[in-house]
Amino acid sequence: MSPSGIKTEKLAGWNRPPVIESDGEGELLEVAMGPHHPSTHGVFRMDVVLDGERVIKLKPVFGYLHRNHEQLGERQSYLASMPYTDRLDYFCSLTNNWAYALAVEKLVGQEVPERAEYLRVILAELTRIQNHASTIGFLLQEMGASGTPLMYAFREREKILDLFESLTGSRMMCNYMRFGGCRVDASPAWLEATRKVVAGLPAFVDEFERFLMTNEILMARCQGIGVLKPDLAVNAGISGPMLRATGVNYDIRKVDHYGIYDRFKFRVPLGDHGDIYDRYMVRMLEMRESILILNQALKDLPAGPVMDPKAKIRNFRPKAGESYGRIEAPKGELGFYLISDGGPNPYRYRVRPPSFINLTVLEDMCLGSNVADVVLIFGSVDIVLGEVDR
Amino acid sequence: MLGDGILKGLAETAKNFAGSFVSKERMTTVEYPEERLPLPEAARNFPFLVYDGDDWEKGLRCVACQICEKECPPKCIYIEKSKDKKPDYVGKPQIYPAKFDIDISVCMSCQICVEVCPFEAIKMNTEFELATDDRFGGLLLDRKELARSNEYYHQIHPTEASEVDARLAEEKAKVEAKAKAAAEAAAAKAAAPPAAAAPATPIAKPAAPVEARPATAAKAAEVAKAPAAATAPVAPKPVPGTGSDGAASMTPEDKKAAETPAKTNEGEPKAQGEPKE
Amino acid sequence: MKSVEEIKAAIEAAVPGAVVKVILNPAPNAQHSLLIDAPHAVAVAEFLRDDDELALDFLSNVTGVDFLDKEIAEKVKVTRQVPKEVDGVQQMVDETVEETRKRVEPGYLEAVYHLFSVSKKHGPVIIRMRTANRTDLVELPSLTPIWRSAEFQEREVFDLFGIVFTGHPDLRRILMWDEFKDHPMRRDYVEPDDYEYEPTAHDDVLKRAQAHKAKVSAGEVSQ
Repeated sequence: MSPSGIKTEKLAGWNRPPVIESDGEGELLEVAMGPHHPSTHGVFRMDVVLDGERVIKLKPVFGYLHRNHEQLGERQSYLASMPYTDRLDYFCSLTNNWAYALAVEKLVGQEVPERAEYLRVILAELTRIQNHASTIGFLLQEMGASGTPLMYAFREREKILDLFESLTGSRMMCNYMRFGGCRVDASPAWLEATRKVVAGLPAFVDEFERFLMTNEILMARCQGIGVLKPDLAVNAGISGPMLRATGVNYDIRKVDHYGIYDRFKFRVPLGDHGDIYDRYMVRMLEMRESILILNQALKDLPAGPVMDPKAKIRNFRPKAGESYGRIEAPKGELGFYLISDGGPNPYRYRVRPPSFINLTVLEDMCLGSNVADVVLIFGSVDIVLGEVDR
Repeated sequence: MLGDGILKGLAETAKNFAGSFVSKERMTTVEYPEERLPLPEAARNFPFLVYDGDDWEKGLRCVACQICEKECPPKCIYIEKSKDKKPDYVGKPQIYPAKFDIDISVCMSCQICVEVCPFEAIKMNTEFELATDDRFGGLLLDRKELARSNEYYHQIHPTEASEVDARLAEEKAKVEAKAKAAAEAAAAKAAAPPAAAAPATPIAKPAAPVEARPATAAKAAEVAKAPAAATAPVAPKPVPGTGSDGAASMTPEDKKAAETPAKTNEGEPKAQGEPKE
Repeated sequence: MKSVEEIKAAIEAAVPGAVVKVILNPAPNAQHSLLIDAPHAVAVAEFLRDDDELALDFLSNVTGVDFLDKEIAEKVKVTRQVPKEVDGVQQMVDETVEETRKRVEPGYLEAVYHLFSVSKKHGPVIIRMRTANRTDLVELPSLTPIWRSAEFQEREVFDLFGIVFTGHPDLRRILMWDEFKDHPMRRDYVEPDDYEYEPTAHDDVLKRAQAHKAKVSAGEVSQ
């Protein structure tokens, strides 16, 4: 059953990108957009076939940043992979840490102290806010609003990164979470600073929304462009804001209740049309929900240890077995799949990267639209090449 | 209405333009390198080796156990053990690193070496102006370039350093108490002159942990109050001993620093005495 | 949600001839998996997706795992005819001896699929498929026609592990470049000796680069 309640069509190839014929006037133009194109968020290429301005074929090409992250993980101890997860999606290193820690904790049945769970939620939601703000900034940048919205987003991101730095020691490569808790405790001064930053966030979101939500250019260029159907989105494994923008109510925080997310009251914003504007709007609303979670978490934060005293840091050898742990990262479902053979290194270490899988339907969304919209559609997917290429 | 977006935008621009001349907090430019932003206490860049006392070579806490070398994710540490032994902070003879190199062009500042070190010997530095024109040799730091005094550690990470000092003092007191008890027992048993169970060391002064902590913290705060020229060449004040016997004139801030409970790394199992060879 | 045994029974009832094996996971999370046979895999996958109760419409994760050939030493009791002198007469007598025999269990490549249900909000159901060996019989049916999300991920498994997915609409390398020969995630992968060649090589890398250059000029290797 599809989420919309209609039985999925059994026609062969219903989930394939449609074949678009050229109109026969003029010749087709093959363009390689990227790998060094300002809109490609890094080294990413789209081999586009154009019929005039219309895209009739699009193949994403990536791997320029491939460093075989998974094999690195298999060659070293469980702990040593933690700093490498920071470098997957370098915008959201803390959620990457959490996903990996969760997978390992599932593998060994490790408990996490209460305070550490709260700190994880606080950091993950801060990460989500800064990621969504920057994504919207980049989207606007690609729309031609050069600089200003992005700088507004980065101003806010800077405050959050300062918090990360004063807690974890690093702005982006945090390497903060451990199997069974967090590395260091948050001081009262840090919590006070966080409360101050969180108190300032609604004003920022309001300001952002005031300028953007009814902006004529934004509406003209985003509404009805890059539409993704819910059936295809589910079938293609799309997750995160991109899935919810199509109207599918699937948020892993609500579904899996990992960590302590069942203790917080928040809503899951859903889109209606699955176009760029919905994806933008879902991110905007998610920021507001994240602020709500942050306020609750900062209010209820209990005292206590941040690390399970029984947890092992060195000589960590899980018993043989396997586990799949996933969280709702800002970009979608981030999962880690681990197979242990009882040794100090994982036998298999797999990252389920949301950016990579969300690109599956890039062609479907772009076909038939103008080449200028490809840039926007691509920007609305929200990818980081460090995670796509691994 | 068509065009109200642009009016809104221009109004915002005008507001910000005017505001950037008036409001003090909006003037965010810092005239680096004359001015510097203060680094947060937890900031980390590349590791350094802590030494006690004046002589970096004698005072190195590292005992060349090679745990950090093994655990380092990008494998940027290279250690060679010494042939002879020298006394460590509790006076026990220990091996020291004859060679300790860190290639900071490989290091990724993850601080796993700090976490796994059972001897509090390696810590994270905050220096970031490390540019050099020698691509290979200039970025390969040997143990002399890595060595920093405990005072310097107190200067860059005051809270953490005080906790470390307290922990070390406690451990030292424990070892001494044990040695004393053993010596007393031996004396009572054999009625012979007390056995020299506690090896004579230049730094072995009985210091109860309760006394040692505030004193250390006071000193830490004192050092920290010095001009925050974190990048200036480190000139540690010649202080004899481990720093647990400094003068204690406590200001309220110092007291606060001293009372900060030991929290950092508390939950982690410190492999105390595990690989002491 | 149904347990793995119930899912196994449901599959066997719905897809005649399908061979399903439950693979238990000893870890505390108890994420057991189902090993399905390649010939019926597409039918099983279609059933899992379209069954009203399971409704596993969301294929989250596809990955490969490489299991090397295992050399198993086992003790076998062998009965042999041994010449022996019985009552002064030389004759052949049966004798049982224990012998250690080495046998090579062929390794295999495994494709692992993690399924969830978006409409029923349950999961994961893990299915796996195994190739016959690691060298020539590395074909598995592609599940991309059932779940589109396998498209890139199966390409990645093909690229890094070398499992050939039959029925995949666009099976090309995805992360490595097209001219690349080996499969770097295999456990017996050996890096080519020029992988770290750089213009300003030094120390070990320089030595290796020089050795490699010498080999190239001697015509031993092509590039």
